[in-house]
Amino acid sequence: MDEKQRQVIRTALEKYEEDIKRTITRFPERKNVFYTASKAEVNRLYTPLDMQELDPLEDIGIPGSYPFTRGVQPNMYRGRLWTMRMYAGFATAEESNKRYKFLLEQGQSGLSVAFDLPTQIGYDSDHTLAEGEVGKVGVAIDSLKDMETLFDGIPLDKVSTSMTINAPASILLAMYIAVGEKQGVSKDKLRGTIQNDILKEYIARGTYIFPTAPSMRLITDIFAYCSKEVPSWNTISISGYHIREAGSTASQEVGFTLADGIAYVEAALEAGLDIDSFAPRLSFFFNAHNDLLEEVAKFRAARRLWARIMKERFGAKNPKSMMMKFHTQTGGSTLTAQQTENNIVRVAIQTLAAVLGGTQSLHTNSKDEALALPTEESVQTALRTQQIVAYESGVANTVDPLAGSYYIEAKTTEIENEAMDYIRRIDDMGGAPRAIDAGFIQREIMDAAYRYQIDIEKGENIVVGVNKYQVEEPSPSGLLRVDLSVGESQKEKLRILRAERDNEAVAAALEKLRLTCEGSENVMPVVIEAVKTYATLGEIADVMRDVFGEYQQSVII
Amino acid sequence: MEKPIRVLVAKPGLDGHDRGAKVIARALRDAGMEVIYTGLRQTPEQIVAAAIQEDVEVVAVSILSGAHATLLPKIRDLLNEEGAQDMLFVAGGVIPDEDITFLKEKGIAAVFTPGTATTEVVSFIQENVKK
Amino acid sequence: MANKTKAWKDRRRIAKMITTVENALPGHEKVLQDIYKKTGNAYIIGITGPPGAGKSSLTDALARAYIDMGKRVGVIAIDPTSPFSGGSILGDRIRMNELSTHPQMFIRSMGTRGQLGGLSAATHSAVMVLDACGADILFIETVGVGQSEVEIVKLADTVLMVMVPGLGDDIQTMKAGIMEIGDVFAVNKSDLPGADRTKLELKAMLSFLPPKEWRPPVCLVSATEKEGLEELMEAIDEHRTFQAEHGRLEQRRMRNAQEALLAILRDKMVERVTKDPRYEHLIEQIAEKEIDPYEAARQLMD
Repeated sequence: MDEKQRQVIRTALEKYEEDIKRTITRFPERKNVFYTASKAEVNRLYTPLDMQELDPLEDIGIPGSYPFTRGVQPNMYRGRLWTMRMYAGFATAEESNKRYKFLLEQGQSGLSVAFDLPTQIGYDSDHTLAEGEVGKVGVAIDSLKDMETLFDGIPLDKVSTSMTINAPASILLAMYIAVGEKQGVSKDKLRGTIQNDILKEYIARGTYIFPTAPSMRLITDIFAYCSKEVPSWNTISISGYHIREAGSTASQEVGFTLADGIAYVEAALEAGLDIDSFAPRLSFFFNAHNDLLEEVAKFRAARRLWARIMKERFGAKNPKSMMMKFHTQTGGSTLTAQQTENNIVRVAIQTLAAVLGGTQSLHTNSKDEALALPTEESVQTALRTQQIVAYESGVANTVDPLAGSYYIEAKTTEIENEAMDYIRRIDDMGGAPRAIDAGFIQREIMDAAYRYQIDIEKGENIVVGVNKYQVEEPSPSGLLRVDLSVGESQKEKLRILRAERDNEAVAAALEKLRLTCEGSENVMPVVIEAVKTYATLGEIADVMRDVFGEYQQSVII
Repeated sequence: MEKPIRVLVAKPGLDGHDRGAKVIARALRDAGMEVIYTGLRQTPEQIVAAAIQEDVEVVAVSILSGAHATLLPKIRDLLNEEGAQDMLFVAGGVIPDEDITFLKEKGIAAVFTPGTATTEVVSFIQENVKK
Repeated sequence: MANKTKAWKDRRRIAKMITTVENALPGHEKVLQDIYKKTGNAYIIGITGPPGAGKSSLTDALARAYIDMGKRVGVIAIDPTSPFSGGSILGDRIRMNELSTHPQMFIRSMGTRGQLGGLSAATHSAVMVLDACGADILFIETVGVGQSEVEIVKLADTVLMVMVPGLGDDIQTMKAGIMEIGDVFAVNKSDLPGADRTKLELKAMLSFLPPKEWRPPVCLVSATEKEGLEELMEAIDEHRTFQAEHGRLEQRRMRNAQEALLAILRDKMVERVTKDPRYEHLIEQIAEKEIDPYEAARQLMD
């Protein structure tokens, strides 16, 4: 655009603004200021002037090429649709196994395993703190036995499996490798992801075990091991999802997640790994909220910013190292307990946001999740929502269809800049782990969360069915309930396991693990050895707790 | 200055989603109350020990893991054993209606589900604290 | 002794007594009168320092160590109250959750403004309750930023100042008055880079203070890694011995006694004169410049 064209547009806009002013003195607009869901101000109108600083090639670019603003593959969903991956897991390994087989039959293309909280925090089902929690929010895994049951009849070379596991990720990955071995599937054939993102646990999700330094070491050990032995495995899913659920804004979601990503890269470089040996296996995990256009811009901004960081800051050479691949889940905190049918519509909008934003895989929440774990029927509707967007909406037929929209491009740049500001501030504090210790990240998120809540209570944010258009409704029925006997049956299984296994082999493997944890060798091979002796998750985590200590939460309110 | 209402805000169980607990803690503070916050992964015994030592009028817990039916009645019972029958006990979280009836029978004074305004929690406490 | 063991076990009674005295509720004088002669056994350690220094973690670590020695330990953790709402969020317990169920431990949180009659008086009253009910060691933990905190830690027999590496500039800007109240210094998070430098900087700063008989030692500790705790406890012990040998504990207790008496006298006096029928009228007269406040005070005291 040359100066003359710009001048023409400016003149036209001036006239437009004057006309509008006259109009709104008679017919005021609905609000004085309009905001996105993240409380960023939205202009009345976006024009070519809002994207005049952008270079069509360097900033927006070509899909499949640096800086990947428009997507990581050249033809995106025209080639293959995103992976429809529903997070599921309940109670026992047997039941979860049934659910996985059901989902695979329904056309789902990848598994996503939810573990119960004791498993996520490295406690066996018979631990005191596990009381009432066994099998509640996911499947209870105490030993390799449970893992064998979980994947019974599911060939591990045919599925890709995503496991939401962080602090004890090394143990669960070891069990997965061991199950593969029993099925005759070699490690290099295994495909999947472990979440393995401890920093966001400290920030937002809370299932941490060990302090920062040993946690970072476990993560880099996994990077190093997998780059040689399990090359198709995504070794980390750096997660903004939970940061957003904790109440962050869209820009904070990007800024804090990428700051975490930078910390992992730096830890790996410090451990002596080559950037291009592990960076292609880094993946991300974001949230999709209701503000459709802001969300699309967020995904595009995150991709561009990560590509730039990897290339300019870390000197990555392989374009795959610069590609941000990500999984998306629709925003759990946007679901309402009131008029739950409305949630189907919210999830549909969020699905559109994720797809228009170029996600690689997607989990859609079910309408009843503000009340309980979803029923099979509501999970099906959630999956169907993705399928309708994929096959009926037409949005998957062309690549990055919203590119070039003045608003989308301006918003993409705005989010990128705001996220970069956060990254700079975090760098100044000495990086993400220090910023978390100091409570900076948690406090920023909490401030945003509280502001949002107050805006809802003042009626400045409208949530349909909650603070507007409420109705009297009967209490919902037919919710999924987890049988309390799960805890008992897991305890019984553990008792039998401990009686039947070769306890000397277990003790020897655990002692070897202790020595390795105390030293600096990679822990993965000894963890795999230990799980094969049927040492339990809790026993292995206890050895690590003993050597590494436990993380102390900072109180940030 | 009148003595502020003291509230213990705690998260029993293992779930780490503390947004709700923290938002409530802030709202109670902004309503002039003294909030003692104990953080994640609190056992019923720890919650009760804190409530007794801090001599709070209200114990407010947030739980999203689904373990409410096990943990909440246990906290109430332990409070009663310590002679704190008069402490108001409220809970918030993802808790189905049919469980709410059960919990109320067990002495949990109120259960706040997602979408509850913080002002509602504040006024419930103000109106129900034993003076 | 047996009585104290029994008193210490009744958590609810201790907690209620603290509430009563902290808020000057009806009956608080009776409570303080009843316990007064039983106080004087506990050794009081004030812990203060900038936000983020890890005071609570260090308190937790020290408390554990004293508990292991068979001591009964009380903690009074003080956090600021919001000046806007009068409410507060007290979160120091979070570091001590594991100990909170321990029979030798009693933790109480206080907001800085929730008390009638001032924070210092409220804290002192709470200290007396825990002391009388059998505490051997009492920690008063507070953020070392303001004058009121300085007043509180004056109640302590030993004041432990907690610092962390990386606050270099903050040490420079910390008021000399706050530096001066430290009897023992701990550089916490000694695993962080710069811990040794912080120690040297502190020593340099302390050497600029007016010379005293007691030279505050500077210890490197890591509360989370449980490192350096023994040395720190030795330093506290040395300070205790030093004070005992030099009659300082006596002096401090005399001063506390004097301040307590003066505070009560002030309260009583204020209470009496504000009830005087002439009080309101005299205020008007002062405002109208009919008399000066000194004259009004003289009349009320007569």
